[in-house]
Amino acid sequence: MIAELGLALLWIAAALACLTLIAGTLFLRGGPKDLASLVRPASVAQGVLTTAAFGLLIALFVRSDMSVELVARNSNSLKPMIFKIAGTWGNHEGSMLLWLMILSLSGGLIAIFEKRLREDTLVATLAAQAALSLGFFAFLLFSSNPFKRLPVAPPDGQGLNPLLQDIGLAFHPPTLYVGYVGLSVAFSFAVGALITREIGPAFARAMRPWVLGSWIFLTLGITAGSYWAYYELGWGGWWFWDPVENVSLVPWLAGAALLHSVAVTATRNALRAWTVMLAVIGFSMSMVGTFIVRSGLLTSVHSFAVDPERGTFLLVLMAIYIGGALTLFALRAGTVAEGKKFALLSREGSLVINNLLLTTILALVLLGTLYPIVAEAMGEKISVGPPYYNKVAGPLALILCLVMVAGPLLSWRKDDGKRLWSRLPLALFAGAAVLFGLVLFGGKVGILPLLGMTVAGIVAVASLAPLWGRNLRRTPLPTWGMVVAHFGVAVCLAGMGAESAFIKERLVAAAPGDDIRIGDFSVKFVGVKPVAGPNYTAIEGTLVATTSSGSRFTMKPEARTFPGLMGTAPTETNEAALLTRPGGQLYAVLGQPVTSDDGRADRYQIRLWWKPLVWWIWLGGGLIAVGAALSMLGRAQLLAIWRARRARKLQERFAP
Amino acid sequence: MSLRLILLCLLGALTLPLAAQDRLPPAPYAYQQLNDPAKEARAKALMEELRCLVCQGQSIADSDAPLAGDMRHEVRSKIAAGESPDEIKAWLVARYGNWVSYDPPFDGATALLWLGPLLFLAIGGWLAFGRFRRGKDDAEGGA
Amino acid sequence: MKNRWVLFVPLAIMGLLFGAFIYRLVTPAETLIQSQWIDKPMPLFDLPPATAGVEGLKSSQLADGKPRLVNVFASWCIPCRAEAPQLEALKAAGVPIDGIAIRDRPEDVAMFLREYGNPFDRIGSDMQSSVQIALGSSGVPETFLIDGKGIIREQIQGVILADQVPEIVAKLEAMK
Repeated sequence: MIAELGLALLWIAAALACLTLIAGTLFLRGGPKDLASLVRPASVAQGVLTTAAFGLLIALFVRSDMSVELVARNSNSLKPMIFKIAGTWGNHEGSMLLWLMILSLSGGLIAIFEKRLREDTLVATLAAQAALSLGFFAFLLFSSNPFKRLPVAPPDGQGLNPLLQDIGLAFHPPTLYVGYVGLSVAFSFAVGALITREIGPAFARAMRPWVLGSWIFLTLGITAGSYWAYYELGWGGWWFWDPVENVSLVPWLAGAALLHSVAVTATRNALRAWTVMLAVIGFSMSMVGTFIVRSGLLTSVHSFAVDPERGTFLLVLMAIYIGGALTLFALRAGTVAEGKKFALLSREGSLVINNLLLTTILALVLLGTLYPIVAEAMGEKISVGPPYYNKVAGPLALILCLVMVAGPLLSWRKDDGKRLWSRLPLALFAGAAVLFGLVLFGGKVGILPLLGMTVAGIVAVASLAPLWGRNLRRTPLPTWGMVVAHFGVAVCLAGMGAESAFIKERLVAAAPGDDIRIGDFSVKFVGVKPVAGPNYTAIEGTLVATTSSGSRFTMKPEARTFPGLMGTAPTETNEAALLTRPGGQLYAVLGQPVTSDDGRADRYQIRLWWKPLVWWIWLGGGLIAVGAALSMLGRAQLLAIWRARRARKLQERFAP
Repeated sequence: MSLRLILLCLLGALTLPLAAQDRLPPAPYAYQQLNDPAKEARAKALMEELRCLVCQGQSIADSDAPLAGDMRHEVRSKIAAGESPDEIKAWLVARYGNWVSYDPPFDGATALLWLGPLLFLAIGGWLAFGRFRRGKDDAEGGA
Repeated sequence: MKNRWVLFVPLAIMGLLFGAFIYRLVTPAETLIQSQWIDKPMPLFDLPPATAGVEGLKSSQLADGKPRLVNVFASWCIPCRAEAPQLEALKAAGVPIDGIAIRDRPEDVAMFLREYGNPFDRIGSDMQSSVQIALGSSGVPETFLIDGKGIIREQIQGVILADQVPEIVAKLEAMK
């Protein structure tokens, strides 16, 4: 019954999307005014119904209703409850329904909260959002129905993959999805504004909280994903430039560029066409990324079932949406006046350079990710990996950070070099101090980490400069947001630089009782013992790390073995043990037992890394997200509405 | 995102011919560093640049696949014997093609890859700088 | 506005992107990594016997004037078991076959030979995959066609299928 109800809700929601699109289109073509009043409630209802449908799918997973094909394929009654719930979106159909739910819910939220835009632009925006969701409704209902029943229910489900039972994995995809799909709102605003030609500060202000909101989730999603890879893969890497990582980075870069250009449009009514362009690119990149991952385009073997028919369906959808929006842009943007002009040395000028660099990095990440396909078409098989990105994106990112030093210190419209220079000495001094310190005491440091840490020093000090001489309690939230986010970039950069420059590695075959020296630590290998988990067995090692000051810490890395499913070979994973210290992290992995020449197997492979300041990378990511959140709070209408309401209530109370 | 990394490697290992696991201990230098820190640093840098043949998405420096371990052994042994990283890389490229290196060479097929970003920056810069107000003209332009 | 064409650039870039997507959907990626060490002399090696009672394998032995196969296999490799009948058929057709056992223990190789037959003239033991890497081979089983001068002429990746047997015999015949 639940499954049928869910499917029915989806069909009704799709019909409502249809209604919104038709009513909106007729209204914009000069139809009766009443049509516009249909659009808001229809969007809200669509959001509510789709959310309810997703709730019903979760209910099916919670109840382990094996008569539903999706549940039978991806769940199992023995799974812990939290992973039953997470199983809802751990598969193609469920994740597409999640995608659609966010899309519909965003439409509903615009309909409820957006009060600043002109009526026709709002209708056009909601119609665009409905058009977006309509395509995905079609995709879901015609080719990936999550509520499909099985003719005969199996006794239990097949979804007991041990690797998917990880709490980080369970909540990482939805976080990224909120970010990906949140960008659809910017896309729809851009399309709406292009249709009604209302591109100006009002449009930019309406769009800004949405861009910031989705960017917060993208930032958190990427940061959490990076940390997950770090502790789970057992080699201590935190970014691999893997295609699937890259396609999540591209929308983030587009969002970063967009939230800076939207500031120019909102404040100075300039860069209008460019802001619209970026708004279109942001969600386009979300779709491209999802398509690449879903169609198995770059990673031929993949966790999601690769289905060429679905790949084609998504490709056609994307072609319609992206192609349509870009065609509209090409036809309309020429009539959009350029907006106010400004000098190169101005806040706007620095933001233009910021956007230029961010989009170049975006383009090169996309190019590097897709280039193996191009090369193969030319008859060459190549791999594009970290060396390429470090060489090409690294310098651009450092220049970007330097622009970030100057930008917030410049005034709008026009500034002069002397004034800028007078505000920089402290920051430059900090950079110089870092550089000299590293050159004198750092030993052999690579050029990129060296420059990275130097720039981090400059940015850290300069990012605080906008607060200089200000009454901190009266400083507006968006300024705080900018300061915190930029400071976060410095923290992150310092972490990356320090980790790559000063990492220490020790790979040893150790017998119980052996001492291993690494960095400031002396690590004693105490021994191993077998332990049993809920669905695995493991060898647990005990290591005691002692610092030079005498503090002792116990670390327990595990080598886990999950029994093979359906006759496959057993799966072995390493659970790293992490010891977080103010100066960095000690990372320990227990590997295979080692047989000595005399046949004894009492030694174990132990991998140890001392990673200086490594946790600053994720701290920085978190600060960037917090900064964006502060900015959003300062910009969102929610706060303004709440304040206005409170003021009104106060007035009413004291009114006679 | 990185869930796929793991799954990819596992699924890759399952579907490729190298299906079952052998029962041999890893090669000596698969999990053992060279005594000379300078040589180890060179070996490490090279290993991070070489692509694991059986995982399809990781470097040999961070893979537990047996063949990746054997390749690490090969790299460290050659470095220990005095070969330069460039020689070793050329030796491997002669056998597996440029696919094996994450650092593609600059040639006809990769010209666009290396020059594309510069080209993009140049064109973007040219378009953007056309928009700036020149000289001391203080009047508000546009609207 | 004079630079109107600029506004169509994003659309054009999107066209290129979609071109790449369609190309990949139409021609799926080749996942096997082929050896580039073809039409090149066999790398130098001298492998000890893989198990008691068989001869080891030296690269110099592969240039004795007779075209032959070098089969890269392992006892722990499941597809290799499926390949055994085809190797027997090739052997029966008079094709000399040498083996290289990858990361294998002598007792496992002996068991494998007992169970699935021994079509090999010699079997070298490659404990650390070093000959495999020198050959540009990336998995097991793989088979290399070697001409009489010890030059590698072709690489076959994966299991040799029954209908490939006559083809291989003919190719080796042509190298004589």
